Amino acid sequence: MPRVLPYGDHGLLLELGSLTEAQAAYRAVRALVAGGELPTPVDVVPGARTVLVAGLDRGAAPSWQAALGALRPDAAAPLPVESGVETVITVRYDGRDLAEVAAEWGCSTAAVVDRHLAAAFTVAFCGFAPGFAYCTADPPLPPVRRLAEPRRSVGAGSVALGGEFCGVYPRAMPGGWRLVGTTDAVLFDPDREPAALLRPGDHLRFTAGGRP
Amino acid sequence: MTFPGAAGLRVERTGPQLLVEDLGRPGLAHLGVPPSGALDRSALALANRLVGNPEGAAGLEALLGGCVLVAERSLRLAVTGASVGIRVDDRAMPWGQPVPVTAGARLELGPVGWPGLRCWLAVGGGIAVAPVLGSRSTDVLTGLGPAPVGIGDRLPVGDELGEVGSGSAVPDATRQPLVLDLAPGPRRDWLTDDALERLTAPGLRVMPASNRVALRLSGLEGLPARRTHELPSEGVLTGAVQLPPSGQPVVFLADHPVTGGYPVVGVVSEAGLRRCAQARPGDSVRFGLR
Repeated sequence: MPRVLPYGDHGLLLELGSLTEAQAAYRAVRALVAGGELPTPVDVVPGARTVLVAGLDRGAAPSWQAALGALRPDAAAPLPVESGVETVITVRYDGRDLAEVAAEWGCSTAAVVDRHLAAAFTVAFCGFAPGFAYCTADPPLPPVRRLAEPRRSVGAGSVALGGEFCGVYPRAMPGGWRLVGTTDAVLFDPDREPAALLRPGDHLRFTAGGRP
Repeated sequence: MTFPGAAGLRVERTGPQLLVEDLGRPGLAHLGVPPSGALDRSALALANRLVGNPEGAAGLEALLGGCVLVAERSLRLAVTGASVGIRVDDRAMPWGQPVPVTAGARLELGPVGWPGLRCWLAVGGGIAVAPVLGSRSTDVLTGLGPAPVGIGDRLPVGDELGEVGSGSAVPDATRQPLVLDLAPGPRRDWLTDDALERLTAPGLRVMPASNRVALRLSGLEGLPARRTHELPSEGVLTGAVQLPPSGQPVVFLADHPVTGGYPVVGVVSEAGLRRCAQARPGDSVRFGLR
């Protein structure tokens, strides 16, 4: 049963039971905003189990509280058109942690690549850095342990696995996820419209290729 | 760095940190973009009104003052935030009021004395550096927006728009301890009654690692909590008070990460955020539960 939790004077946090429910709830909340019957929030921020509705005027909180409390997100509902984008990212599977991931999954490195290529991904939420998207796989990939000690710098375009998620580092920064490959795709460019290549709700596939 | 555009201000001294800030980049949190913007939004808005700007025009946020700027043409300026001495060509000028300066004039902001930490300088027409994602704010977490202002920079200034405004700029209440009003956060129920009592007791201190990302506090080490495990990442708002297992609460400020994994037990009010903008390392802080 979803719970609506207070988040200061201008925010409400909808808490769901699972990541899949949270993804469905994010789509439902976006649909509520697009419907225009409720006061427009400044931000709708999906999380791993939550959707944060923020920047509400004081008077707007009760109507949102009621609307969120009544949501029964259907994890099987079709995606709204605006988030039905499918992005394809070309990857060189040259990540230095491929062997560790293979060992953790109990398969060959080639099988890791095959499973990664076969999965359809959906952006669950963004965070950590502008344009860093936490993507879930269908069929799901086995969880991957993060590094005990994050690397001080992971290169821009590194394709990585962490926990139940896959992500691509938008720029060089510290990181503790397991690196499986690299891409030349530009994940975030503030001068581009849209700035973020991957947005919550977007679909994503990986394809193997690119210069060595 | 030199920006193309209209002549404006030449920077001779920056003090410890001088940043261009407006009201930030709201509405992009779902893409991982922090809100950023002036730490005391009302102080910047007031300075802007004083010089006839829209409230959201870009100004300068000066940490501890100590900066020197030369006007490249005649300009209107106003300083708000922490109380600070203002001199134009060595003549004392009033704080919190519009100050006209002529081309070539040298504006000096003295050091910000305790209590207080930051002041805001608005200039008629606004600082006209190129916006990034709709804002001219420097975000110290992500590096979005202009680089911090450096010595020798020439900051372009837009054309003056409106009439000089008025408004009383009272230096921020910085009486100690700084009281931060807390509205309930989503994980308040993770705290035991004992822990809630300790959270609101005196004895919290601002740690030196504090910056525009967060005000970091010490003094709650060993705080008993009902639950302590990490949460799956969830959205975080400005003012959110996060309680990591270290017992050192974090109050998220404008350049905060948009998601976090520690429980948010309360949210500091807008008035409290203005006090956070003036909180120095070592200052004592007290949360007031609502």
